[in-house]
Amino acid sequence: MLSKPATYDVSLQGSGLVVKAFGRWTIETVASVFDALESDYDALRYETVEFHLSGVEELDTAGAYLLTKAVRVDNVCKTWRLIDGTRGQQTLLSVAADCQMGDPPRRKHQWRETLERLGRATVRFWDELYATIAFIGQFSVMFLGVILRPHRLRLKSIVALMEEIGLDAAPIVAVLSFAIGAVIAYMGANLLGSLGFSVFMVDLVGFAMLRELAVVITAILIAGRSASAFTAQIGAMKMRQEIDAMTVMGLDTFETLVIPRAIACLLTLPILTFLAMMSGILGGLIVAWVTPVQISPILFLSRLQEMVGMQHFWVGMVKAPFFALVIAIIGCRQGLAVTGSVDSLGARVTTSVVQAIFAVIFIDALFAILFFQMGV
Amino acid sequence: MATDKQTDIPPISARGILTQFGPNIIHENLDFDIKRGEIVGLVGGSGSGKSVLMNTLLGLKEPEGGALRYFGKARADLSDDEEMRLKNEMGVLFQGGALFSSLTVRQNVMVPLIEHHDMSQDLMRELADMKIHMVGLPPESAILYPSDLSGGMKKRAGLARSLALDPQILFLDEPTAGLDPIGAHAFDTLILKLREAMDLTVLMVTHDLDSLYAICDRVAVLVDKHIAVYDKLDVVAEYDHPWVREYFGGPRSRAAMATPGQKTNKKGAAPKHAATGL
Repeated sequence: MLSKPATYDVSLQGSGLVVKAFGRWTIETVASVFDALESDYDALRYETVEFHLSGVEELDTAGAYLLTKAVRVDNVCKTWRLIDGTRGQQTLLSVAADCQMGDPPRRKHQWRETLERLGRATVRFWDELYATIAFIGQFSVMFLGVILRPHRLRLKSIVALMEEIGLDAAPIVAVLSFAIGAVIAYMGANLLGSLGFSVFMVDLVGFAMLRELAVVITAILIAGRSASAFTAQIGAMKMRQEIDAMTVMGLDTFETLVIPRAIACLLTLPILTFLAMMSGILGGLIVAWVTPVQISPILFLSRLQEMVGMQHFWVGMVKAPFFALVIAIIGCRQGLAVTGSVDSLGARVTTSVVQAIFAVIFIDALFAILFFQMGV
Repeated sequence: MATDKQTDIPPISARGILTQFGPNIIHENLDFDIKRGEIVGLVGGSGSGKSVLMNTLLGLKEPEGGALRYFGKARADLSDDEEMRLKNEMGVLFQGGALFSSLTVRQNVMVPLIEHHDMSQDLMRELADMKIHMVGLPPESAILYPSDLSGGMKKRAGLARSLALDPQILFLDEPTAGLDPIGAHAFDTLILKLREAMDLTVLMVTHDLDSLYAICDRVAVLVDKHIAVYDKLDVVAEYDHPWVREYFGGPRSRAAMATPGQKTNKKGAAPKHAATGL
């Protein structure tokens, strides 16, 4: 497309400014004359403005805006008129002439903002903690209420959620813990083999998988997978006012959304943990069998039975319901905290995953101390 | 595209459009032309495919058959460059405004400028402010976020963004839906003024009978999978089709048609506070 650049000629006749413009005055061309025209306007003293636009081939809002800069200066220009121009140009110029500028963007101060953000983050941390604890309280009351009146349980949604949280996650949980079991067995084969105790790798795999790894890995996976899903689902419902609609209809959000998720987690996480334990041990077993250590599956299993007591299985298992509740509570709470904007949805999903994983590891550490003190 | 401005070639011309989702035919043999400088209203029952037609004309959806011509050129023949330029000639106001919620109103309007033009931040900001002013938003709204705006203001802000690049064709999807009558009327007036100032061609999908009567030059009725009638409103209202008769013969329509006197009165009063920009 041929584009003639925007050119102009500014002159002063008495107290009147005469602006002659030529060429195309459109958004593509005006940037080149922006500074020059503005300084020309500033340099002259005038009271009226005349526009001669017969040489203008094309004018759009950007061009009109630039030309009428002369008119918009406060307390300088009293009147303006268009000499030999079209009606369209007249309308455009008059629109541009009484245009007002918006408020300037908020100023930014690097240091102050850093401090401010730090302060806000601190306050937010305490607020979050408080809100989470309050939510746990509210949850406990509602949960007890539902347990005492089981007919209010929403079985259908619990089963659907169990499929979503449990069954759909089963393959990934199994594969991951299989891999972890295999890795531990390899490490054991290497380290213990050099000492001649390679048969102890069975104990290592058993202890590690049963006590810690199976349950923690499952919980972290579910925290990443389902806590984020809870937040996104409930958050989107909140954004689209579905939550409000439910409340108005007399449906309790806790009862319909939070409790089923919590119960579904509570029921599925132990099952997934069990699956992870078995699959991890299977990983160890296969590695032990195929590596030069050559512990046969039968030997592996009998040693496992002999050396690794049942209590270690329960040490791992007992943590699963706690993790399940924490994941569900954090996911749902963050979802309900979503406000109208897309940003807040994104931020809440992030927070929910981070908090859930943090909580899982933190609680696991607490349990480790507890079990150590108990001597289990 | 700008060189086409003076000609009589219709900005948009659709011939024999066929749209279908699976076995479900939405449009069949649909012809539709929009003339330069017209405000065309598109009406049709719910589910008749008004929005689908708009998306097709916008290029968001490829029709299964038929030809689309923009400014006389077939869409299929456009080079990438020409297609980009064509996109800049079309502005859209989506129903909810579709503003980017993480940006302020001013930043929203600046997005197309930043994307398509190389100019200083200051100039861009000033041009954005001009558009914000033109759609009748107060200056202080420039630094507000969409979540701080009311429904009517959101539509105005969306309109400002759609006008950022001085498009020739403006698409409006239910522009007055959800606005109170005063706001809706002010919006209608605004569209008229903007057409005059910016030489716009407007296609609006609407159910607002008041706006149809107030500002549309021609009305197209989408029934039975094609544009059944496309003419001035009084001709369309007389058209012999059960849906059209029910639509324009209903009590709401008669009320809207019966009070032209009142309308002109309102027209004088409303723009003062509503469309201050113009």
